[in-house]
Amino acid sequence: MTARRIIPCLDVRDGRVVKGIRFEGHRDMGNASELAARYRDQGADELVFYDITASPEGRTLDYGWVRDIARLLDIPFCVAGGIRSVDQAARCLDHGADKVSINSPALERPDLIGEMALRLGSQCVVVGVDSRRSGDDWIVHQYTGDATRSRSAQRRTMDWITEAQTLGAGEIVLNCMDEDGVRHGYDLTQLAAARARLTVPLVASGGAGSASHFLEVFQQADVSGALAASVFHTGALPIPRLKAFLAGAGLEVRP
Amino acid sequence: MTVTVLAYGAGNVASVQFALERLGATVRLASDPTEVAEAERLILPGVGHAAYAMDRLRALGLAETIAGFPRPLLGVCLGQQLLFEATDEGGNTPMLRLIPGRVRSLPPNPALPVPHMGWSKLSIDRDDPLLEGLETDAWAYFVHAFVCPDGGATIARADYGGPVPAVVRSRNRWGCQFHPERSSQTGARILRNFLELPA
Repeated sequence: MTARRIIPCLDVRDGRVVKGIRFEGHRDMGNASELAARYRDQGADELVFYDITASPEGRTLDYGWVRDIARLLDIPFCVAGGIRSVDQAARCLDHGADKVSINSPALERPDLIGEMALRLGSQCVVVGVDSRRSGDDWIVHQYTGDATRSRSAQRRTMDWITEAQTLGAGEIVLNCMDEDGVRHGYDLTQLAAARARLTVPLVASGGAGSASHFLEVFQQADVSGALAASVFHTGALPIPRLKAFLAGAGLEVRP
Repeated sequence: MTVTVLAYGAGNVASVQFALERLGATVRLASDPTEVAEAERLILPGVGHAAYAMDRLRALGLAETIAGFPRPLLGVCLGQQLLFEATDEGGNTPMLRLIPGRVRSLPPNPALPVPHMGWSKLSIDRDDPLLEGLETDAWAYFVHAFVCPDGGATIARADYGGPVPAVVRSRNRWGCQFHPERSSQTGARILRNFLELPA
């Protein structure tokens, strides 16, 4: 068994952590390194850093900054933002990241997933998927870091996650955009549907507002990890309290 | 404390290096066989594909150097797997043959995603200087899709649908299937113990 992973996500712009509501209207939440160290000390199982403007601005993330984070952390971390080649992904790992997450570039050129898996190993390759409800189905969106460019990728979410897995993704992070930043709970239906289609680990993202939302998503969607941002950044839900609650409900968590 | 980390193009060298530096060690990165052979103690990191890692080791002339290395050697993650005879990864890939047995893919199990990715508890099978001071139920961070054979070299296990050799030892050679550099206090303690092994 593995412990259910609690994963704070830091959306970073110019070294500062920001958080928006439904991907728009970003607010400053503090210095990225300081928040990373705080989460490490509180018992976060893993951290994710998204350079949210890299992809829309057509650039990649800052490797020096990856190195600074790698020196600081003794828990795993994943980086994302504008990684569109195997070499860029390899450089992130060379600078100390454990995993790289790709999103819009994988939609532009799905073969990138397989190329990265072949050279770096599937375990380093995370595919992030931004998904929005559309009638009875879910549709993938891309360029979501920029409200003016965010648009449908014209793919069904359930098709895309299985394609990504077949191509070599070692983990899928499914971000349910309808729930993002509103703290009403994870999209359990969508995540359970995704879990049923995958053999690789699935991480839930979007909607966490309380400890019970984490319990629900682990119990009802059987995800390996749950990612959240504002509920941690604001201090509304300290990680030690969340873990004590989950352990009390019978889930295996790392103390 | 001086330690050499093998920089052969198939390892997470930076994160291992930083973890050792956090413990105050002087870290040398090396890929030259002569330099590696003279190391006080040696870490063999590894991520990615076993066949690619073995190709890199052979291309750099390091396979024999590792086999003949007489002081403490620690293989991390894929670096542990490379110590065994062969692996199913890539069909049938011969490896360093320093510990008997074959590395196999994790068996499919609908309840357990593959790769085994995340924090699992260690259960210590026998006392060893590398595991000195670890608490019972110490947690460690694993990421792997292939698993080493559970034989006489196993000194600590994790459970993931079956026994996962988490720490192995054969003479002066140790291996960790998990990532000590990313396993918080458990990992730091293991790396410190490694640095303190008599060289």
